[in-house]
Amino acid sequence: MIYFKYFKMVLGTFSQYRLNMALVIAGQFFYTLFAFFSMYLLFDRFGTLDGWTFGEVALCFAVINTAFAITECFARGFDMFSGLVKRGAFDRIMLRPRGTILQVLGDSIEITRIGRLLVTVFILVFAVNQMQLEWDAMQVVTLILMLTSGVFIFTGVFILGASVCFWTVEGLEFINIFTDGGRQFAAYPLTIYNKWIVRFFTFIIPYGCVNYLPLLYVTGRTDNPLYALTTLLFVPFVAICLLVWRFGVRRYLSTGN
Amino acid sequence: MSEYFAMFKMKLIAGMQYRAAAWAGLATNFVWGFATIMIFQAFYRSSSAAPPMEWSQLVAYNWLRQAFIYIWAMWGQDEELLAGIRDGHVAYELCRPYDMYSFWYARLCAMRVSGTALRFLPVITIALILPGAYRLTPPASVGALAMFLLSLTLALALVVAISMFIYILTFVTLTPQGASLIMYASSEFLGGMLIPIPLMPEWLQTITAFFPFRYLGDLPFRLYSGNISGVDAVFQIMIQLAWIVGLILLGRVAFRHVTRRVVVQGG
Repeated sequence: MIYFKYFKMVLGTFSQYRLNMALVIAGQFFYTLFAFFSMYLLFDRFGTLDGWTFGEVALCFAVINTAFAITECFARGFDMFSGLVKRGAFDRIMLRPRGTILQVLGDSIEITRIGRLLVTVFILVFAVNQMQLEWDAMQVVTLILMLTSGVFIFTGVFILGASVCFWTVEGLEFINIFTDGGRQFAAYPLTIYNKWIVRFFTFIIPYGCVNYLPLLYVTGRTDNPLYALTTLLFVPFVAICLLVWRFGVRRYLSTGN
Repeated sequence: MSEYFAMFKMKLIAGMQYRAAAWAGLATNFVWGFATIMIFQAFYRSSSAAPPMEWSQLVAYNWLRQAFIYIWAMWGQDEELLAGIRDGHVAYELCRPYDMYSFWYARLCAMRVSGTALRFLPVITIALILPGAYRLTPPASVGALAMFLLSLTLALALVVAISMFIYILTFVTLTPQGASLIMYASSEFLGGMLIPIPLMPEWLQTITAFFPFRYLGDLPFRLYSGNISGVDAVFQIMIQLAWIVGLILLGRVAFRHVTRRVVVQGG
């Protein structure tokens, strides 16, 4: 498979700068660890958050951050897409007899995000233990769906952000609000925010369907399996993102070079 | 002195050109600002015990943090200089008959002043007229405002003094990304930019006192709201000053040491 070859190439380049790479991984590790530790400190001081326990919020944090770390690792090419357009390198991609999505994905693979992943997976295990639930099959499936849907939705937002470059050439900084910002917001149960934020992150960019809504089911706050099924909303969302991408590719004008 | 000032002025004017980017950044400032306030609001209403930081002080802390991001944030270094050290361009810089440390120091200062100048006014103005619990309250007193401005200016001197070590490190390792990333992460946490220092447990507050980072944002922002005042305020500013003098002296020695023998990486 071609993507695997891309992957091996990237691994090869990293082994050239071992110490620096190890330190970057450590840096990513500490960023996430400090963010989580800050959350712990707040619970330590205030006890609870609107009736949510530390374990539940930790699960929320872990799911969204694990999904984000995986996405950043594999879909970084879309995040850095404006560079490809500006350099005129997208012309080359269009000439090759392979899909554009695959090639942009292969353009940059950020292995160092493993540093974040290490922390978030650890927190995930910790949170699952902390909650002391009787896990049944449906809940486990829901949890896996939450992670999957998270990865796909973040990838979708990255693709949308990249598609904008077909029109603007320059990447738009405010896309960060929907990627990094979404991760920041969705690290806590959405109920603690104002109504308009809840609506935005449920109906427009459905991060709420990654962790908050299915979390209600996983933690046993509701028995209605519809809440678990909201995770599947990533399918139409990603479909729309891909349509926008295709539309953008069709009207792409080279910047020259 | 005039050449350093000329450098400062040149970079300042160049930095002020990025107005569109600043306006786009403003949206990010507000989204982050609101998210942070809402999270703290949820915590504050969940507990009946009086927190060690009043709500208005926390809100002020939050908006000042957004407005003066270019003062406290360690990231956002001069990529041009860093690349220059890697690709050998630095050789031209070192040939110049100036004191390089001061020259670069002025350059980094200008970058942060222009970034701040473009951003702080809209953030502060809008935050002052926001409704209800989100509103930024004016400074605690005229004295608090004066202390805040003094300490904020010193924070600029301090952040650049700390930043210089990243450039010094680059001379040695050529690939500073990893080490700087660890430093950025620690500076944000130990500087109280993830959760304010008064909300940390006692033992952690003690640890933060051993690092210079809390004098970048935490000190000026708490002076503004009167969370730190009186004798303590003067004492804290003295410590801030001591860090600046110490780090500049140390930085100068280290800078001279690493630039004495530079291996130029190609041309």
